[in-house]
Amino acid sequence: MKVSQIIEALSLKVLAGESFLDREVCSGYCCDLLSRVMARGEKGMVWITVQTHMNIVAVATLIEMACIIIPEGIEVERKVLDKAEEEGVIILSSDLTAFELAGKLYQMGIVPVKVR
Amino acid sequence: MTGGYYSIEQVFHVKAGDFASAGEASSQIKKILKQLGIDSTLVRRVSIAAYEAEMNLVIHSVGGELKLKVTPQSIVVTAEDKGPGIPDIDLAMQEGYSTAPEIARELGFGAGMGLPNIKRCADRLNIQSKVGEGTLLEIYFDIKAR
Repeated sequence: MKVSQIIEALSLKVLAGESFLDREVCSGYCCDLLSRVMARGEKGMVWITVQTHMNIVAVATLIEMACIIIPEGIEVERKVLDKAEEEGVIILSSDLTAFELAGKLYQMGIVPVKVR
Repeated sequence: MTGGYYSIEQVFHVKAGDFASAGEASSQIKKILKQLGIDSTLVRRVSIAAYEAEMNLVIHSVGGELKLKVTPQSIVVTAEDKGPGIPDIDLAMQEGYSTAPEIARELGFGAGMGLPNIKRCADRLNIQSKVGEGTLLEIYFDIKAR
């Protein structure tokens, strides 16, 4: 499944990374503790988090994530979006909660990351 | 790997408490390793370990250096600081144990998984610390011949 298909199905707003939306999504994870995300992270995963500071871009880049989804319409600072654009990180936004987003993605067939 | 001979050393300065540019050094390290044509799984392992080491310098130290050394046989990431040092290394290695300050926790750090993450990614780990003097963390990765 591609990021663009998720955007369409969940009516997500693209905040950054518009030109990379044909990226393939492999799995999903929902967490706000960055070290936990670094430990569980998988290449091609969707990451749902309420964190919006600069470090989410670094984490997404290092893990090679498919995209980040920010729930509850939380605003993301311009400088973070600029950095994401520069690094090729897709940041999406939704008014839904993390719980609802994860549920819908799961229903669409996105599998959880493997917990080692 | 193409088997070509090279040896690279690069030093990155990491400022204490600088959360805004934190992650820059490890992102650079990742780019360098990719350019060298290192296997992508190994690049990910090194990048994750480097990121955790960089964050440890930002969160816990008075500032320090992150160093990357690449030879045809191995990759070594070194994090060195001038303090404050780790009183109990065994405790620091325990998953879930963290001494991160509130400001770091608010940003989603301080899960107590930094050093355990580094250990899991590395082939070998050497950590020396003295309270009041500083910490030296050496993270070793083997490059396996194909």
